[in-house]
Amino acid sequence: MAKPRAQLLQGNEAIALGALAAGCNFFAGYPITPASEITERMSREMPARGYPFIQMEDEIASIGCCIGGSLAGKKVMTATSGPGFSLMQENLGYACIAEVPLVVVNVMRGGPSTGLPTNVAQGDVQQARWGTHGDHPAIVLCPATVAQCYELTITAFNWAERFRTPVVLLSDEVVAHMREKVVLPEPHEIEVIDRRQPTVPPDWYVPYKTDGSLIPQLANLGEGYRYHVTGLVHDERGFPTRRADEVEPFYNRLFGKISRHFADLERVKAYQLDDAEMVIIAYGCTARAAAAAVRIGRERGLKVGMLQLMSIWPFPRRPVEEALTGKRLALVPELNMGQISREVKRVNDGRTQVLRHGKMDGSMITPDEILGRLREAK
Amino acid sequence: MPPVHRSVVYDWLRHDKKFPHVWCPGCGLGILLGSLLRSLVESGLDKNQVVLVSGIGCSGRLPVYVDVNSVHTTHGRALTFATGIKLAKPELKVITVMGDGDATAIGGNHLIHAARRNLDITAIIVNNQTYGMTGGQYSPTTPLGAKATTAPYGHREPSFDISALSATAGASFVARSTVYHVTQLDQLLGQAIAKPGFGVVEVLSPCHTNFGRQNRLGSQVDMMKEFKRKGMRVERWRELPEGKRAESIPLGVLVDRDLPVFGQSYDRICDAASRRGEAGK
Repeated sequence: MAKPRAQLLQGNEAIALGALAAGCNFFAGYPITPASEITERMSREMPARGYPFIQMEDEIASIGCCIGGSLAGKKVMTATSGPGFSLMQENLGYACIAEVPLVVVNVMRGGPSTGLPTNVAQGDVQQARWGTHGDHPAIVLCPATVAQCYELTITAFNWAERFRTPVVLLSDEVVAHMREKVVLPEPHEIEVIDRRQPTVPPDWYVPYKTDGSLIPQLANLGEGYRYHVTGLVHDERGFPTRRADEVEPFYNRLFGKISRHFADLERVKAYQLDDAEMVIIAYGCTARAAAAAVRIGRERGLKVGMLQLMSIWPFPRRPVEEALTGKRLALVPELNMGQISREVKRVNDGRTQVLRHGKMDGSMITPDEILGRLREAK
Repeated sequence: MPPVHRSVVYDWLRHDKKFPHVWCPGCGLGILLGSLLRSLVESGLDKNQVVLVSGIGCSGRLPVYVDVNSVHTTHGRALTFATGIKLAKPELKVITVMGDGDATAIGGNHLIHAARRNLDITAIIVNNQTYGMTGGQYSPTTPLGAKATTAPYGHREPSFDISALSATAGASFVARSTVYHVTQLDQLLGQAIAKPGFGVVEVLSPCHTNFGRQNRLGSQVDMMKEFKRKGMRVERWRELPEGKRAESIPLGVLVDRDLPVFGQSYDRICDAASRRGEAGK
């Protein structure tokens, strides 16, 4: 058998290739730096496979188009950056309440508004969680390397299909535009999950009636199961309802289908944590600087380790708690004024000293800055 | 067109959905619903092959009553969802139902681009000249000078001509009718559904509750009589001298032309791309 070939790939390209490996067969997007390479790559790949690709008139239309494609049975993705992600929020909520599998890539750049195009930032962490109105569950993944861009895009598709919910892949400008050597897995090594389809005949079909998984088996449009899809709160048959005895179970199920599978939704990577006295908790491009800080710090005799968060929502509470336990100090470096450090402090509940290191000047946090913060705190 | 038997229409209604419907007594949307059902039956389509997509507003509630695949989307975005559905499954007959505010204010961008793209979608735009569901605020089709709950001193903006807008933007088929001219409406909907490419049917409908009352236009019956008085076949309307045209509303097929349809041209691109891919191997 031929040896797997190493490739030099850009983060955005790896997302496009990861999507294809996960079975993505529908893409709609709108140009925006630093995410355009994903849309450009898909405009080459999709027609060659006979799959729909379309550049819509704006980001609202892009996500609307994707939801339509997904309802008709396609595995869909769109890609954007901050301003476009803001425009998508209403329909992101639609995908959540109507339980439509969907992958949205947001390559973060400096904001708010047009902000700092197109320098790196990590300011959309809370928007990815709370951007759409109304309380709702959210799944958000965050890659730090080109290989993780590929891997987490596949995870995003698998979770979107399994849980029938939108999944946000939160990349950033550095990870998106960086090129690294990667060896992509063979197709047979990749686990691909597809949405479950109804097994009962159409006459017996109740679209939103679920089994113990709490995840409905919604039929793809046009396959004999005629039902109603709506952004209104609906009963088990899909029809709008305002009855408290139907509304409350609906919300309980919507949250429950994620919280029941909470343990499956944690993705973290521990780096030299076993004997560490200090822990850096980082994500995205900042995790790269943190990893370098750990290497350099160790050479200088600092007992420091790192926990990289690859899934940030639902917040990976258990591994963060474990990483904090028994540590003298935790540092959360991020390219915002404390969006994840606040979460870490919440989970920590006052047991370990948690410091934040926020930076908003359009550049990355360096390993030296992290080591400097650790030395100050010592 | 021979009359479609009532029981056939009954068969296309969704009986596990709790009737009565949400609309005010006398609303034109019920008449449109009947007309749409007759056109669908007459078109010989299979229920499983029809997707009704709507936005938000009184018109947005129409698909839920029809026993087909129905999708009630967000405000103004019905055409974007419809585009996705049609691209994903070109064999489906995708029909959107939107209001005037839905289609030309919040969704105006999508309307002109859907028309330009000329994807095979039928867009029914119910024009009642107001935002009925939210209480009678002014919409892009509210006439100059009319009263609205957000224009208590009279509306100060000129209005859109939905049909002219759709035609200019590139739709293959554009027609206008009213809920008074039901036989014509049945035929126009049928023609729009059969026509390949983007087809728009503008349906004038009275909102006596929130537009008529504010503007002292009388009862629902009075507003219907006004459609009868003003409506004129477009062929006749075109023969009127310029100065007389504003008094009447031209009804019928306004545009019917053969233009490249998006799906077909995209298929050719796919063929070319896959051939190039094979050549590169």
